[in-house]
Amino acid sequence: MIRILAVLSIGIASVSFGQSINALTVAPAAPLRAKVGTTVEAKLQLQVRSGYHVQSNTPSDPYLIALKLTWNAGPLESAGVVYPKPQMEKYSFSDKPLSVFSGNFDVDTKFKVPANATPGPTAVTGKLRYQACNDNMCLPPKTVDVKLQVDIAR
Amino acid sequence: MKNPHIWLLAGLVAVYLALSTFEDADRPSLNPVSQRKVAPDFALKDSSGKIVKLSDFRGKVVLLNMWATWCAPCREEIPWFVDFEREFKDRGFTVLGVAMDDRGWDVVQPYIKRHELNYPVTVGDSEVSTIYGGTGALPTTFMIDREGRIARTHVGVAGRHTYKQEIQDLLAPESTE
Repeated sequence: MIRILAVLSIGIASVSFGQSINALTVAPAAPLRAKVGTTVEAKLQLQVRSGYHVQSNTPSDPYLIALKLTWNAGPLESAGVVYPKPQMEKYSFSDKPLSVFSGNFDVDTKFKVPANATPGPTAVTGKLRYQACNDNMCLPPKTVDVKLQVDIAR
Repeated sequence: MKNPHIWLLAGLVAVYLALSTFEDADRPSLNPVSQRKVAPDFALKDSSGKIVKLSDFRGKVVLLNMWATWCAPCREEIPWFVDFEREFKDRGFTVLGVAMDDRGWDVVQPYIKRHELNYPVTVGDSEVSTIYGGTGALPTTFMIDREGRIARTHVGVAGRHTYKQEIQDLLAPESTE
């Protein structure tokens, strides 16, 4: 019975792939409180759909598309993005383990708050690029907008 | 009934074998001719700039493979396709690759060279993706019969045996009847 259900689930998955699948979701980030002249850290919480993985920021070969978070110029200056340690996972389609992220993970960014930053509510925006696969197929690379609400205080 | 466990075990094995016949979603299975739809034609450039049309291959069995260099499962299939091209080319068969890489020939050309692809490869675009129903996942492979009709669509990696059996079935004379 389990085998039949498995076949059915594969069939359902195959049908739905004609549509767009969100293999990765970005949790709404808590507003960031930042003091002028300091450095603050922001955590972006990401969740990869069950059964999927995304290539890490350091993929296993140059053809694979890295997960990459970039911030637009704005009221805060990005002082470095820190990704978690990738998982090395072996899949049926690959001879060697691949460097991936799956499940829930965080990407941290350090922001400098310039001395001349204007106090008050504002936002920093950026883009997250990723490419997801499961153990049988891949989804096209995707770039999503990310946004952090920031409250700058003196 | 000296040992009922043996009969129970035999029964479970029989049920397992019966279920096993349904378990392989990728088992070779072509659509009946009456249910096949014509594969939409397209014209794309190959690495030399020559226009390649799907309709150029009418009369041949075509394995139309949509793939990308960033798609690791797709890359697993490439050596199989190289073997199929070599084995069945003289019997009226070809593989036709459509790479869906955004970066186009900059990445596809080196890959073709490095992995010695021996069949025509083009770089696809959104138009081709759209006319084939929006290839939202790769690899997507269409088995096309000699009359240009889609006999089977595989989304994701199908087994080497599955592809090979379907190619042989489509090459068989009775496959068009």
